[in-house]
Amino acid sequence: MTKETILKQGGIWAFIVVELIFFSVAGEYLSVSDKAFMDFDNMLLLLKQSAPIGIIALGMTIIMINGNIDLSVGATFALSAVVLLDSMTWPFMAAMGDWSIPLAWGFALLTGVILGAVNGLLVWKTGVDAFIVTLGSMLGYRGLVFMYNGEQPTSHLNWTLVDFAEAQFLGLHTATWFLLVAAFVLWFLMTRTVHGRNAYAIGNNREAAVNAGIRVGPHIMWNFVLIGFLASLSAVVFYSESGSVNPNDGMLYELWAITAVVLGGTKLTGGYGSIISTLGGVIAIQLLRKGLGHIGADTETVNLVIGLILIAVLFLDRQLNRKGKEELKI
Amino acid sequence: MTDPIPVLRLEDIVKTFPGVRALDGVSLSVLPGEVHALMGENGAGKSTLMKVLGGILQPNEGQIFIEEEPTVMTSPMHAKAKGVVFIHQELSLADELSVAENIFLGELPLKSMGRVDWKKLYADTDAILKTLNVGFDARTRVGDLSIANQQMVEIARALTVDPRAVIFDEPTASLTDAEKVVLFDVISELQAKCVGIIYISHRMEEIFKMTDRISVLRDGQYRGTLITADTNEDEVTQLMIGRSLDLSRSASEHELGDVALEVRDLSCGDLFRNVSFSVRRGEVLGFYGLVGAGRTEIAETIFGLRAPTGGKILLNREEVRITSPIDAIRHGISLVPEDRKAQGLVLGMNCRDNMTLPQVDDLTAGPFVSDGAEVAIFDQYRDKLDIRTPGWRQTVGNLSGGNQQKIVIGKWLSMRPEVLIVDEPTRGIDVGSKSEIHNLIRALAAQGYAVIVISSEMPEVLHVSDRIVAMFSGEVVREFTAEEVTEDSLIQAISGIRGDKVA
Amino acid sequence: MAELTRGGVGGFLARQGILVAFAVFMVGFALANQRFIAVDNISGVIRSSAILGVMALGVTFVVIGGNLDLSVGSMMSFSTIVVLDLHDKLGPALAIPAMFALTLALGAFIGFLVGYLKLNSLIVTLGMLSAIHGLTLTWSGGKNMDIADKEGTWFAIFGQGEVIGIPVPILIFALLAVVLSLILGKTPFGRKIYAVGGNGQAATFSGIPRARVVFLTYVMSAFCVATAGLLQASRSLGSQNTVGQGMELEVLAAVILGGASLLGGSGTIFKTVIGVLILGFIQNGLLLVGLEFYVQYVVTWVIIILAVWLDIAAKRGRLLSPIA
Repeated sequence: MTKETILKQGGIWAFIVVELIFFSVAGEYLSVSDKAFMDFDNMLLLLKQSAPIGIIALGMTIIMINGNIDLSVGATFALSAVVLLDSMTWPFMAAMGDWSIPLAWGFALLTGVILGAVNGLLVWKTGVDAFIVTLGSMLGYRGLVFMYNGEQPTSHLNWTLVDFAEAQFLGLHTATWFLLVAAFVLWFLMTRTVHGRNAYAIGNNREAAVNAGIRVGPHIMWNFVLIGFLASLSAVVFYSESGSVNPNDGMLYELWAITAVVLGGTKLTGGYGSIISTLGGVIAIQLLRKGLGHIGADTETVNLVIGLILIAVLFLDRQLNRKGKEELKI
Repeated sequence: MTDPIPVLRLEDIVKTFPGVRALDGVSLSVLPGEVHALMGENGAGKSTLMKVLGGILQPNEGQIFIEEEPTVMTSPMHAKAKGVVFIHQELSLADELSVAENIFLGELPLKSMGRVDWKKLYADTDAILKTLNVGFDARTRVGDLSIANQQMVEIARALTVDPRAVIFDEPTASLTDAEKVVLFDVISELQAKCVGIIYISHRMEEIFKMTDRISVLRDGQYRGTLITADTNEDEVTQLMIGRSLDLSRSASEHELGDVALEVRDLSCGDLFRNVSFSVRRGEVLGFYGLVGAGRTEIAETIFGLRAPTGGKILLNREEVRITSPIDAIRHGISLVPEDRKAQGLVLGMNCRDNMTLPQVDDLTAGPFVSDGAEVAIFDQYRDKLDIRTPGWRQTVGNLSGGNQQKIVIGKWLSMRPEVLIVDEPTRGIDVGSKSEIHNLIRALAAQGYAVIVISSEMPEVLHVSDRIVAMFSGEVVREFTAEEVTEDSLIQAISGIRGDKVA
Repeated sequence: MAELTRGGVGGFLARQGILVAFAVFMVGFALANQRFIAVDNISGVIRSSAILGVMALGVTFVVIGGNLDLSVGSMMSFSTIVVLDLHDKLGPALAIPAMFALTLALGAFIGFLVGYLKLNSLIVTLGMLSAIHGLTLTWSGGKNMDIADKEGTWFAIFGQGEVIGIPVPILIFALLAVVLSLILGKTPFGRKIYAVGGNGQAATFSGIPRARVVFLTYVMSAFCVATAGLLQASRSLGSQNTVGQGMELEVLAAVILGGASLLGGSGTIFKTVIGVLILGFIQNGLLLVGLEFYVQYVVTWVIIILAVWLDIAAKRGRLLSPIA
């Protein structure tokens, strides 16, 4: 590892450490509660709360490494949630008792896969930019959410499901496990498999990838299927516990996910980025939310701080990559 | 071994684009173990021919044979599978990936569950790298390599199949002499393995050192094949250019005026150092040197696009500070840039709007742009430069290269500059328009403009310039007057063989 | 060349596709429900589209200049909350200029980051979306903002008033559209925006101050957002913190529907207005034929994809993308 890669990949973890120290120290003086910030339970909760956005952000990393973007994940998340909860009330499902749970999960995940595939097919076959395709489907999928159940929330509480979602295994919550397992699988995918390496190659130099005979179209489509799946997995994790979904749920999730990915150092232009760093980005954001709350700052401040940090990261990245004075001023 | 079967043979290839016959019946054959040079000026059709060979373009007529078997190339991958591989001048690598991943891009060895077989990948790669004798290993990130080493990666990529024919496109463009030696060794080894090689280059010295035969293209037409041992540079040049008379030297007959622009000890980091020269009104000053010698960078610095790290720029004998193109334009300096499509024109805009772009602020009636004033300027320069377009509403992207270039020149002439810098005036322009543009440059000098012409084409520089500045590796090596310059001395100067340095 | 070969009916459809689609829509809805083309209905549609429309006018400048602006929704919430809050503290006469000044400052900040520092506009405005939302919440303390004396203020005129029988929001939208259309289409500044968006490097090589032009497009956008915030605040005289949430993407949808390329350098104010009206009339038409408002989301989705797809299909001369 060169100095540069350490700087780039270690940056987000250094930032997390700084956050931890800052909030611990500042918390001593400012905290509204008596609990220490670095309290173990607090940290476990933090991981759990990171899961919904985190799982989506992992998928967004792959999409962005590929050189694309997906703005429709929030709507996919919501529609999967609606399918998850509603499907359990269908007569034949209700008759199955708790056996309906895996089936409902299956339906929800299938929803995500299909929505992702639609995005992917459109990007592949029409040649319309992913930004526009997913901007459109963000509206369209949201419309489907509303069409499903009007403006009413969709609710269904299954206590077995809630128990499962609230369970802890080896001290970690179910949601945390989902996040960690997803991160491991995707890390493996991106660093160890041909598909993952091709994803980097396509984002890095698309023409070279095409010339090398990589089938770029289907490759891109599979990645959209993957992020659709992950958005619905995120919904499964979250709504198994909450049991009620509003038609506006998941709005702006795409923006949070992109923020986490960019904080993690993934390049917008594609070809560079890492799953693990995105995990760092997700944790850093959640830490910031909790930390600011801990030192008694208004929760509102979080948005302000995160937005400015995002811009600061972009600025730093540019300064690091500058060629100096000789650069062409264009 | 009588009459060996050619590894690769092209027969009467024709490729037309709307309005252009890019390839007009080109034939070529490459024997096993032969290094076959392909020469021709920019725009002669070399790259189109290579695209046809690589299956990126399909020929309208003609046939490709591989070992005398008719073959239709459908893609670069397909060509590679048939044993025809390309080493491109513009590197086609993913620089965030490792050397090994780049070499086996699109065909990474697989294990179960879609995993990459890293062990095999690295072993195979190291085996190839070993034959090339390079100083980096399979795990190195390509972005960390020098350009020369990146080129070695491209070459290594060609060796993953047993190639029957390898095409090198300007392989030495960015290599140092030591790196060239390594490259030539690789070529010799391929030769020894009876691989046929097509070697595209502008550099006579290399051509005569490395190749067995030379085929020449001009204006999309096949002009013949010469046996390298039996020919000389003049003969090749004659074939390439066709009309040596046209490009005779033509020093100005009119009186030269005062010094318009002078540059003293101008430096910009590593790009160029201590460059001094001056140009007088009515004079054409040529800049000649290899790609990367710093010529374009000097122009960009004078035009305010780069910040100099030392030296002075004087206009009419007074020092000026230029920090942006806006400053430069205000001081009467204009630049017709090297890359017409990326830097010279907004391709989606119409002809008139492109031409009046730098002065649109001054062409107003009240708060609005004056249509009449703009059209007047366009009409004036369309007539003056003989720009052929259906009308000013025509989108610039739809014009031919020559007419596009005239729009750019018109854009700057309409600003009435004192100094006009023209970087690669005829790149990618057909022969007819070329001489028009050459005549135009001479005419501008005669009208009293101080003109600087930067070119990679020696005949062009010799033809239009009153004086020539030769550059090598960021430094001015020598300045020639039109009377004293010879092709030999110019070539020596730009290859780093120093003559008497003239201050 | 392309222009010449694209003559005839097909060429007309390719070039004016969005107008044709618009006409087809209007006729279809009019046949389905006569009320659709009633004057008061049309006026109602334009009126309810005015806020989105005003924002879209500004974003058109940014997009033609080759950038994106995802912060307009959250900036509009900011303007609305600020002007409502200051209304009671300073009085409307001072509140309005103060709000404009603050919003323009935000636009200038974004313009500085994207124009002068050359940071990626997607991420910058994404960050600003979040940051400005935080700013709004901090300003309001997270609470809804209401004008105390709703009956006794002339402030309502912008959102609710009428001049010679025409609702003021429509007048403002129309006036702004005409003025901005003139700026974009007729002034040197407008020409420079097209040049910078079409080919930024060539613009620089032609002596156009690219950074300043980009900067100004964001200031223009902020001005439009402030106007939209004024209309919004004046219409409802009270507001949530999230009033503009999600509008950034609807605005972008309208601009894209109007045919502006996200790559920059193309688009017009007129086309954006058409895009806005299409969105408005679709929503209205669907409501009139008895469908819920959210059906328009799905319809908009289909229209956006089709519009952009057909546009690039016409340019490349084949329907499907050539990538394997």
